[in-house]
Amino acid sequence: MELTGAEIIIECLKAEGIDHVFGYPGGAVLHIYDALYKQDEVKHILVRHEQGATHAADGYARSTGKAGVVLVTSGPGATNAVTGIATAYMDSIPMVVITGQVPKPLIGNDAFQEVDSVGITRPVVKHNFLIKDVRQIATTFKKAFHVATTGRPGPVVIDIPKDITAAKTRFSYPANLKMRSYCPVNNGHSGQIKRALDLILSAQRPMIYTGGGVILSNGSDELRRFVGKLGYPITQTLMGLGAFPASNPLSLGMLGMHGTYEANMAMHHCDVLLAIGARFDDRVTGDIKKFCPTAKIVHIDIDPSSISKNVKVDIPIVGDVKHVLSQLNHQLAKTQKQLDESALKNWWVQIEEWRSQDCLKYDRDSAIIKPQFVLEALHKITEGNAFVTSDVGQHQMFTAQYYGFDEPRRWINSGGLGTMGFGLPAAMGVQLAHPDETVVCITGESSIQMCIQELATCKQYGLPLKIINLNNGYMGMVRQWQEFFYEKRYAMSTMDGIPDFVALAESYGHVGLRVVKPEDVQPALEKAFAITDQLVFIDFITTQEENVYPMVPAGGGLNEMILV
Amino acid sequence: MKHIISILLENEAGALSRVAGLFSARGYNIESLTVAPTDDASLSRMTLVTRGTEDIVEQICKQLNKLVDVVKLVDLTGDTYVERELMLIKVHAEDQVRDEVKRLVDIFHGQIIDVTDTSYTLEVTGDSEKIDALLQALTKITILEVVRSGRLGIARGEKAFC
Ligand SMILES: Cc1ncc(C[n+]2csc(CCOP(=O)(O)OP(=O)(O)O)c2C)c(N)n1
Repeated sequence: MELTGAEIIIECLKAEGIDHVFGYPGGAVLHIYDALYKQDEVKHILVRHEQGATHAADGYARSTGKAGVVLVTSGPGATNAVTGIATAYMDSIPMVVITGQVPKPLIGNDAFQEVDSVGITRPVVKHNFLIKDVRQIATTFKKAFHVATTGRPGPVVIDIPKDITAAKTRFSYPANLKMRSYCPVNNGHSGQIKRALDLILSAQRPMIYTGGGVILSNGSDELRRFVGKLGYPITQTLMGLGAFPASNPLSLGMLGMHGTYEANMAMHHCDVLLAIGARFDDRVTGDIKKFCPTAKIVHIDIDPSSISKNVKVDIPIVGDVKHVLSQLNHQLAKTQKQLDESALKNWWVQIEEWRSQDCLKYDRDSAIIKPQFVLEALHKITEGNAFVTSDVGQHQMFTAQYYGFDEPRRWINSGGLGTMGFGLPAAMGVQLAHPDETVVCITGESSIQMCIQELATCKQYGLPLKIINLNNGYMGMVRQWQEFFYEKRYAMSTMDGIPDFVALAESYGHVGLRVVKPEDVQPALEKAFAITDQLVFIDFITTQEENVYPMVPAGGGLNEMILV
Repeated sequence: MKHIISILLENEAGALSRVAGLFSARGYNIESLTVAPTDDASLSRMTLVTRGTEDIVEQICKQLNKLVDVVKLVDLTGDTYVERELMLIKVHAEDQVRDEVKRLVDIFHGQIIDVTDTSYTLEVTGDSEKIDALLQALTKITILEVVRSGRLGIARGEKAFC
């Protein structure tokens, strides 16, 4: 039997086990919407803006490890999706985005709602395709999901002209696939593994620095085993939080610009650094010339181009983090070599001295609500088990510092691109993937307004998110930089015309709460989390000119932090 | 330092712009680039000449390899290789200049491939230094047009790349 291109697309999604598609209809994808209408296996979630669709699919992917799927129309549908595609690209999130295109004969004619989607998205995708024949649909989808989810994951765009979704052919989904030009390596080189372990065991002042790669490869268990066995200190990047439990004493918390004093000092003074699934981002290293001056570096990463890109390393291991860590665990179990217990003990004495600075202290008796206080209260009430998404700004850093993630895939934020507007739609994707879990979105009064329209989507699908709005009346992070580096000239960083968020939430049919006194924080959270069948928007009026500390100023080394 | 990189890539629409886009997005320099299908019509062979420190060229190669359309890549500079470039050049040629141009073409083992009463079109192949040298030798003559193919490269010896 022959199927239309549109029907084939749905069959491909089913074959890939896709249960949710996030999208928004329009002329070029109407055949596909018609095919969606006629079945009920693949559920379509209608967002209110295509950026929301991409972030929702992204949140779905980050919280499950499966590819998120997006469907948008040509022209403005595709361009609206670009921010979300770039967000996923920067954080290596598996995603397949289907963009409609004008009919093939019209391509290149400046037709109505035509843009060169493949051209526009090229620099922000792992790969993209323009389908030119209905017979290519099945193999293209197979390739797209394969490329998106293997190796270093990333978004893949499939652009499909409208006439091709109407054309017919026989459908069969390829069982397997060989691509001569794409074959990621999973296992690390055994010689390099032995060499790396020798170096790691010979360390006097070892340090382990892990990133989002551990989470992407599902390597958390292997990491815990390895670090636990060695008893070495570990720090995690913004993207890596949760792979190793924050509550474990071996964890020094986050590193980098707003990392902890102990993590950054330990980085600076270590003699052997093991970097795992992390990419030496400038927000992590500070001034590269001053980075880890005395360390020999081992770097495990699936992407060869991440290795020695920013920092020259001594022992590179290309491979999937989970695989390489289990190889390392295996090697560790059988090696004769002993680590230097007494050196390690001295190192920990030094680290504990740094830790005793208590760099995350803040005024717990403040008469005005402190954002840090809200996050600690949130951690308590959710027992540290919630899925937490965030937007971008101070509230994001405070969450990373004060929420203490113990499990992977629970902390969902835009690290690489830093996209304001990410938090709410991402939380929708997380909630749809985990209907029975608590999902919280931490945001600021500026960020939330970038995708606020998605409150309607939450209503339509009954998503009982808890939105924590840390309302300081400023683009706080911008204001902080202006305070530090522009003598408090707060150019355009004051948020005027802030809506009444409580009334706004209510107008969308949700519950809205406002909290202005510190003593009301706990009761308000209790009230909000007792409501399990509705979205609750809690507007916390916080201190206005709070700063995120500690901080490595631009151009500083990790040992040059500003403390409170 | 100059590097000459040979790339086999899928002969697909857009493959070339992925390579070109990579260079502009990451601020790498391209000195020349040539591309055409090989004996296998599903593959294109590209020769790309770039300049950069060892670290940059290493990154260029890694980033190129990461492109899904790139099947294989080799930096010829590390080995001995043969390089050729083709130049077509149209010059104004009247009176005694005609003889002089003809003499130069012979010296450079080139050919005159088109003639009018007032012009010659020349064809020369060789490594880039030879091409540059001919251009240098022609400075006193009025050059009407120059087309250079950019460099092609292939490793010496019997070992094949694909
Ligand atoms: C789409 C986008 N535009 C601009 C920025 C630059 N930016 C980074 S943080 C920030 C302010 C965020 O303010 P808010 O959401 O209120 O959070 P706060 O820092 O106050 O916690 C801005 C404008 C960005 N990251 N993303």
